[in-house]
Amino acid sequence: MRIDKDLVAASATPLVLAILADGENYGYAILKKVRALSGGELEWTDGMLYPLLHRLRRLGYVTTEWRTPPEARRRQYYMITDDGRAALADQQRQWVAVTRALSEVWPGSEGPLAAVGEA
Amino acid sequence: MESVESQIAEWRRYVASAPAVNGHDVDELEDHLRHEIAELTQAGLTPDEGFLVAVKRMGDLNTLSREFAREHSGRLWKQLVLGADEETARPSSGWLEAFVLAAAAAVAIQVARLAAGFPDEEPTWFARDLSLFVLPFLAAYFARVRQLDVRHWVLAATPFVLAALVVNLYPYDTDSDTEMLVALHLPVVLWFAVAYPYMGGTIRSHDRRMDFVRFTGEWFIYYVLIALGGGVLMGLTAGILEPTGIDVDRVAAWVLPSGAAGAVIVAAWLVESKQRVVENMAPVLTMLFTPLFAVMLACSAVVYAVTGLGGAFDRDLLSVLDALLVVVLALVLFGMSAREPSTFPGWMDWIQLVAIISALVLDLMVLGAMIARIGDLGFTPNRLAALGLNLVLLVNLAGAAWLSARFLTGRTRFHRLERWQTAYLPVFALWAAAVVVVLPPVFAFS
Repeated sequence: MRIDKDLVAASATPLVLAILADGENYGYAILKKVRALSGGELEWTDGMLYPLLHRLRRLGYVTTEWRTPPEARRRQYYMITDDGRAALADQQRQWVAVTRALSEVWPGSEGPLAAVGEA
Repeated sequence: MESVESQIAEWRRYVASAPAVNGHDVDELEDHLRHEIAELTQAGLTPDEGFLVAVKRMGDLNTLSREFAREHSGRLWKQLVLGADEETARPSSGWLEAFVLAAAAAVAIQVARLAAGFPDEEPTWFARDLSLFVLPFLAAYFARVRQLDVRHWVLAATPFVLAALVVNLYPYDTDSDTEMLVALHLPVVLWFAVAYPYMGGTIRSHDRRMDFVRFTGEWFIYYVLIALGGGVLMGLTAGILEPTGIDVDRVAAWVLPSGAAGAVIVAAWLVESKQRVVENMAPVLTMLFTPLFAVMLACSAVVYAVTGLGGAFDRDLLSVLDALLVVVLALVLFGMSAREPSTFPGWMDWIQLVAIISALVLDLMVLGAMIARIGDLGFTPNRLAALGLNLVLLVNLAGAAWLSARFLTGRTRFHRLERWQTAYLPVFALWAAAVVVVLPPVFAFS
């Protein structure tokens, strides 16, 4: 199944924020988590992650820090802020509302609602 | 492995050539690429194959640099890099539109001048309507270049039509103060009306509002440059024509108004198409003048406060101070629009805070003096307009000072500061509109 581009774009922000809410991380690791979480169904162009992360930084949802882990290259770590957590909670509410509305009109597809409702 | 390293280096050079992508971004992307290659080689691919797959996954470079440009528009101040395909969507850089509309503005102002008999006579309607002969063409230029649809054209034209009606249907007295105020405030109102087509109708977008602030500053720089060049040209022409006995003043009466009107549109076109030139100049200018103004403001604030001169501002000094405050605000706004939002507070931000606080102190003293004058002598149109302007400035400066201080102590983001200013812009527009529309009838057009 191929997920529509707009939908991928819309889900990118909450997905990244949710991953960062679990703990700070750097670009490549974030992307790998996205791939693992979606079972490869969310097709991301790798490079697009970075403009998105920079936007989140400008909005104050994440802060960044350059660090050099042992035996690795210098890389930029992203950490979620309180504003970011608030934005994530807000996004969650919106997605729950959308999925609820959709499952109302699609009888028999309660699966996604239940899944999101628990989140 | 050798060849992969050189391929990565090559790729890196190519990515770095995109104007909106800076060194740190390239580092970050390269790190990503290397991770991906390492992963793929572990899965059994050769490094060469891994490189190809990783690059492919990274995505089309044009799209990527466009994404970066969109996010970091401040870094390049415009959609300069928005790839080749976007260029074709906007067929020309608008030089034809610019030329035609500049010529139209030049003709319009000339017709108005002949009708007014300027400079032999100086009817007040000419001064009052001046901006109405020029700025509609600027709005039309942007409406054309932004390819607005009919509905947006109508919306863009509405403020101009309304302004023309209001300004010309009011029965002003002779030597009317309110008429002078209208002449001063109408250009401001119409400039904000130009913002609508400039933003392509998306006036709610705070980013686009910041773009408009930036445009205003750059337009001003270009206009001053053109005016200086024009001045030199006029001076030399006068020198050459002198011996021939041609009346230089008559020539100037034809050339000057048309040149000044046409230059408004030409400067806008230059800002739009020669972005790269001014984008280097503008931050330098603000960096030069913000400290100078900060020193000047701080000194005068201290001097006025210490000597107690603050209580006795006279009328002329008050208008100079008002002009000064407006300039400071413009400088602060423009400096803000030129700043990279994600960087940490630096010395420029401290200097800006000094400028804002000094301006705030001066503004408070001006307000005090003004309220005293009004208490003694009562309201006049001029006093009310000045009082309103100072209050509008006071609120803006106070908000800016508060947020700057919080930003400098690390308690808020620069983004909030920008938001405050972009959200405040309509207040300026509304105040100027109120002076044009409401003030004259309140004072019975005196």
